[in-house]
Amino acid sequence: MKASRRPLLVAGFAVIAATALTLSGCSGNGGSSSSSGGNDRGPITYVQGKDNNNLIRPIIAEWNSAHPKEKVTFKEQSDQADQQHDDLVQHFQAKDSGYDVVAVDVIWTAEFAAKGWLQPLKGDYKLDTSKMLPATVKAGTYGGTLYTAPWVTDGGLLYYRTDLVKTPPTTWDEMMKDCSIAKAHNIGCYAGQYADYEGLTVNVAEAINSAGGTIVGDDGKTPTLDTPEAKKGLQTLVDAFKDGNIPQEALTYQEEEGRQAFEAGKLLFHRNWPYIYSLASTDGSSKVKGKFAVAPLPGIDGAGASSLGGHNIAVSAYSKHKATAVDFIKFMETEKIQREAVTKASNAPALASLYSDPALNKQLPYLSTLKKSLDTAVPRPVSPFYPAITKAIEDDSFAALKGTDSVDQALSNMQKAIKTAGSGS
Amino acid sequence: MSATVSGATRGSSASPRGPRQERGGLQRAQRVRSRNALLLILPTLVLLAVVIGYPIVSAIITSFQKDAGLDPATGFFVQGGFAGFSNFTHWLLQRCPTGDGGTTACPSGNLGAQFWSATFTTFFFTVTTVVLETVIGFWMAIIMNRAFAGRSLVRTAILVPWAIPTAVTAKLWYFIFSVAGIVNAIFATKILWTSDDWPSRIAIIIIDVWKTTPFMALLILAGLQLIPGEIYEAARVDGASTWKTFWTVTLPLVRPALLVAVLFRILDALRMYDLPAIFGGGNATATWSVLVVEQMRQGPNAASALSTIVFVFIFVIAFVFVRFLGANVVQTTQAQQKGELK
Amino acid sequence: MTTTATRIGAGARSDAEQRVDVNRAAASRRRWASARTWVQAAIIVIWCLLPFYWMVVTSFRDVGYTFDTAFWPTHVTLDNYVTALSTHWGNHLGRALLNSLIIGVSVTVVSLVIGVFASYALARVEFRFKGIVLGVIMGASMFPGVALLTPLFQLFTNIGWMGTYQALIIPEISFALPLTVYTLTSFLREMPWDLEEAARIDGCTSAQAFRKVILPLAAPAVFTTAILAFIASWNEFLISSQLSSDATQPVTVAIASFTGSLPHQVPYTAIMAAGTIVTVPLVVLVLILQRRIVAGLTAGGVKG
Repeated sequence: MKASRRPLLVAGFAVIAATALTLSGCSGNGGSSSSSGGNDRGPITYVQGKDNNNLIRPIIAEWNSAHPKEKVTFKEQSDQADQQHDDLVQHFQAKDSGYDVVAVDVIWTAEFAAKGWLQPLKGDYKLDTSKMLPATVKAGTYGGTLYTAPWVTDGGLLYYRTDLVKTPPTTWDEMMKDCSIAKAHNIGCYAGQYADYEGLTVNVAEAINSAGGTIVGDDGKTPTLDTPEAKKGLQTLVDAFKDGNIPQEALTYQEEEGRQAFEAGKLLFHRNWPYIYSLASTDGSSKVKGKFAVAPLPGIDGAGASSLGGHNIAVSAYSKHKATAVDFIKFMETEKIQREAVTKASNAPALASLYSDPALNKQLPYLSTLKKSLDTAVPRPVSPFYPAITKAIEDDSFAALKGTDSVDQALSNMQKAIKTAGSGS
Repeated sequence: MSATVSGATRGSSASPRGPRQERGGLQRAQRVRSRNALLLILPTLVLLAVVIGYPIVSAIITSFQKDAGLDPATGFFVQGGFAGFSNFTHWLLQRCPTGDGGTTACPSGNLGAQFWSATFTTFFFTVTTVVLETVIGFWMAIIMNRAFAGRSLVRTAILVPWAIPTAVTAKLWYFIFSVAGIVNAIFATKILWTSDDWPSRIAIIIIDVWKTTPFMALLILAGLQLIPGEIYEAARVDGASTWKTFWTVTLPLVRPALLVAVLFRILDALRMYDLPAIFGGGNATATWSVLVVEQMRQGPNAASALSTIVFVFIFVIAFVFVRFLGANVVQTTQAQQKGELK
Repeated sequence: MTTTATRIGAGARSDAEQRVDVNRAAASRRRWASARTWVQAAIIVIWCLLPFYWMVVTSFRDVGYTFDTAFWPTHVTLDNYVTALSTHWGNHLGRALLNSLIIGVSVTVVSLVIGVFASYALARVEFRFKGIVLGVIMGASMFPGVALLTPLFQLFTNIGWMGTYQALIIPEISFALPLTVYTLTSFLREMPWDLEEAARIDGCTSAQAFRKVILPLAAPAVFTTAILAFIASWNEFLISSQLSSDATQPVTVAIASFTGSLPHQVPYTAIMAAGTIVTVPLVVLVLILQRRIVAGLTAGGVKG
């Protein structure tokens, strides 16, 4: 009895081990993903995060009524960016053909492309991107090939109190001079997002880019943080914290905490995305209604360089109906749909011409300022190692802002950590 | 599913015939008993093998493979090949590749550099939360075990922290502890709960204790319910103080339930993920599991190695706990049964 | 019960005068003790409910006043509940609630049935490899849960289970099983062995003896374990967030995907409303079941 049981158990474990072996061999199939023909049409699925403003469903309904044989199904993901990312990774790793068109945060482009998960948008699947904002196209390009098509974008704006400051500062030094006004009114001078999360990378990248520095070279993995420009950029933020021009509590700020402080009248200047414009104008508790305006971010010598936010859309390498998928993306890029995205969801469009549209400017008064910000915007590193790069920037610059590391130390750590990321695990 | 359940039922109906068995057939009876017992346990083992055993085996295998590396010519990722123990030394010795085949100490900002600090954080959270939860949980259980009007209110109230889904709890507390939130408002402080090292650690401990103490309290309460009231009365009449009664009567009798509760709390606390992940605090609050998730986004094979290391660490801790504190689920049964068989 | 016990205690001393003294002293001690009990009970209730109170207050607050720190309700509105329950934008909190219930009940029932069999064997039957079996079961609670996800995802994709109920229920049963087995084993072991023996002598089969004698005695442990398993499933997020579909997603996932009308906006008020909607039915359910639970709990021990 006992004797017969033991081999059985061993056999069971062998089966489990064997299954594990076959499955573990599945990941990372390199770039062997380019598809054969362009006649692959049929129903597809569109995947993106939560559709907050009921924008996507009507768009899809419109497409479906015109394309009864190539209907689009909508798959809604969670609201959390990390969860969206992990969900996409799981489906790509499983070579799921059920995710045809996916919305991709601009920072994921290179990672997904280098894993061979995205269909290059060239040849049969070529897209015309000449009318799109250049920064959004750059964010969707990896190794000279377009992988993700611009869809909605986002740029940083400087919110300032019109009742306290007549003309907005155009350089960082001007803004720091205006901080005496904040002190006189006993409020904080300036804040962006400095909690230890992705928003910190956005803000630090803005500081470094505005000072003329870069985070990585053109190859997307060689760090370039040992330059005087990079040091100058991070130094501006660290000094502002030391001088009290950025209040200590900004170390806890994500977007919402910053908005709350600005709306409560506790900040003279505030860096945030366009979304807080309407909230600060309408929130019942907002103390700055009618007392604020927006300007482009200040730089060292002139206009600053905003980091680029937003989502692009891409075709999965495992889609069985790529021709339909690309047609659907073209449809999403049309002026009509881009306009709908602005009017219904206040999404900043990727289509450049809409920024000078009078009707839209009336609805969203910040639009022309945002255009200026986006014209000088710089995408965060388009690197397949982005998760490691952003982790290094977050951790090391957070230590510098808190004052536990010197600026030199922090930058040298970042430099080394990014170099390590590019050379293996 | 139905097949395994019916199999188990069949097994239970043919269960041991008991100690009335004749001496001569004892050995055969023992074998039958063993077989039936295994049949009863089989559904549990099968489920655990599929859902947990298989991922563990697969993690151990992948942990010996290098993560995909970038082919500089094409810009695409290619399979990493056999890694030996490099994924393990990456964590345990904090060695990072230099790119030319050699290794160097992992720089700050690389996850490998965080392994030992995460180990400290994990242990710190585990010790503080489990101790606090045990003490407070015991106190709650003793109160709930007394007869008084409103007892059902208390028993319902302690379920509330637990019944709020963790996804909501995290948002709720993040909101409560935000710099302009209600906690700072009430105490007129400006503590940076969500970003300074110690405040964020303390906040996470408070939240975990709030959320998980009911688990302890309920398990201990169930243990207390099994103690006959007469024993307490006897102790009281004998003049034993409340304190002495607690140490000599309550604690020894509730010990089996308590040990199981503490053991599983330790296992859970060592794998804590949600709170530090959502609450922030940067490296000061990063636990093993937080590291695993972040590494999974950077390279899944190194993450498998970390999972394996964590598994081994926890195994050793549990083993030590069972050995020295005697979570003696096995021995007593056998002793008891032998006593019966005499 | 107290009088009985006192009589037993006093009887041991067999002194009438002392008995009166003991009774009088006991009465005053009891009054003092019950006052102390109430104070402590009040502290427990406040500690447990205060954050919940803040959740409810926030849930009734106008979204434009989200960060108001007044301790009492201000800017009261029902809008957040309308938002939370609205199905207009693809949120289906009602359906998610039902899913959580379906999953939770299945997980609880199955893990209890399987767990009771296993723990009966572990507590009552002597067999070889028992230590190893116990070790293996405990070992299942030692691997970082987050690392289980990818293999399970691939497994369920291969067998076409993605988005099904069983893809959520089966992993959750396995998460609940180790604790279930250990709790039940530790309690079953405490059951008086001779009762089962007596039942067998009376002609019961093992199974009958188990059902009629052991199980009722173990009721407190079984109920406690059921609550533990149910709430563990109720709180599960990680597995559900990636293995469920729109049709099967539980409340934890539904709430996590609540968004404001603008990107970056965190709709705290609507999330708190959803949290309240989800928590209150569970608490009411427990209140209703309380009688049963308490009855079950007291069956084996002290009467309340």
